[in-house]
Amino acid sequence: MSDVPAGHAPAAGYLLAAVAVAVAVTWALRALPFAVLAPLRSSPLVAYLAAAMPVGVMVILAAYTLRHLTPRDPGAAWPALLALAATVAVHLWRRNVLLSILGGTAVHVVLASAVF
Amino acid sequence: MPRQLRADLSRALADSGSVGLGAFPMGVAFGVLVVHSGLDWWWASVFSGLIYAGSLEFLLLGLVLAAAPLGQVALTAFTVNFRHVFYALSFPLHRVRGRAARAYSTFALSDEAYAVTAHPAAQSYPGRRVLWLQVFIHLYWAGGATTGALLGAAVPAGAEGLDFAVTALFTVLALDALRDRPGRAVPALALGCALAARLAVPGGQLFAAFVLFAAVLLARYALVRRREAGARV
Repeated sequence: MSDVPAGHAPAAGYLLAAVAVAVAVTWALRALPFAVLAPLRSSPLVAYLAAAMPVGVMVILAAYTLRHLTPRDPGAAWPALLALAATVAVHLWRRNVLLSILGGTAVHVVLASAVF
Repeated sequence: MPRQLRADLSRALADSGSVGLGAFPMGVAFGVLVVHSGLDWWWASVFSGLIYAGSLEFLLLGLVLAAAPLGQVALTAFTVNFRHVFYALSFPLHRVRGRAARAYSTFALSDEAYAVTAHPAAQSYPGRRVLWLQVFIHLYWAGGATTGALLGAAVPAGAEGLDFAVTALFTVLALDALRDRPGRAVPALALGCALAARLAVPGGQLFAAFVLFAAVLLARYALVRRREAGARV
């Protein structure tokens, strides 16, 4: 964690401007496509993309959360991979979202702090 | 409390509980990081409540501490959140009534809100139900960040491993989306895109992975259409 000495925090005006820029870009990306894409909902291509997108997006986001893992740091990679396997196994077994997340996270915390 | 409101709230709690389990601890982790970076605790509330885009907030914290120019902030926000463009294809905004409600609904269209509404069970949710679950997920994230910032250094270091809940959440949601739409090709292609982007574009991998995935889907669609056209002849 990057602790900085007190008194070196960025100015409030700059921080507010940065937040405003981030809000504007993020909200625009979320809102504007409805105007552009909504008329295309009935097209077969858009229907195909809308059907294929959820599972693909989730896989990419899951992979993104593990982006720091590398074979060069097995101490961090093994707990995550084993916890991922545990999550999938528990979910295929019980199909209970809460149970799968709790189980997988518990496996990760135990392996990361106690074993590796 | 009016009965209608109580019914709405209890159903929103049930709808959003599973993603809240991932969002709240992640918010706590973000809040702890904010105060450890030397910012006042309420910046965690401002970031999480107004920007409301988790991965961008973590990145933005690093940017503002390095006094990055606002143009770089805009480009980073665009890159990290470009994936939200695709959410308009299946998010049921047309069921949300009222100008203010629709504006909020687009504002609060986070990954988690999209994930819950993309679930097949959510295809029949009325607009009220969609809106309330979005409010709840927003509160989990902003509440978690504020809690983490107030607890500050008191949060034990062991809580770090808890952020795996986010990975587990996306994994579980992928499995559910897969169950209702048989076929392993799409998730396999998505994983390939993610790995290729990770290796080729380490800094902008999320953006690269989504662009690559969209391109692969377009190519696959064109291929299937041509094969179908060929079969008809």
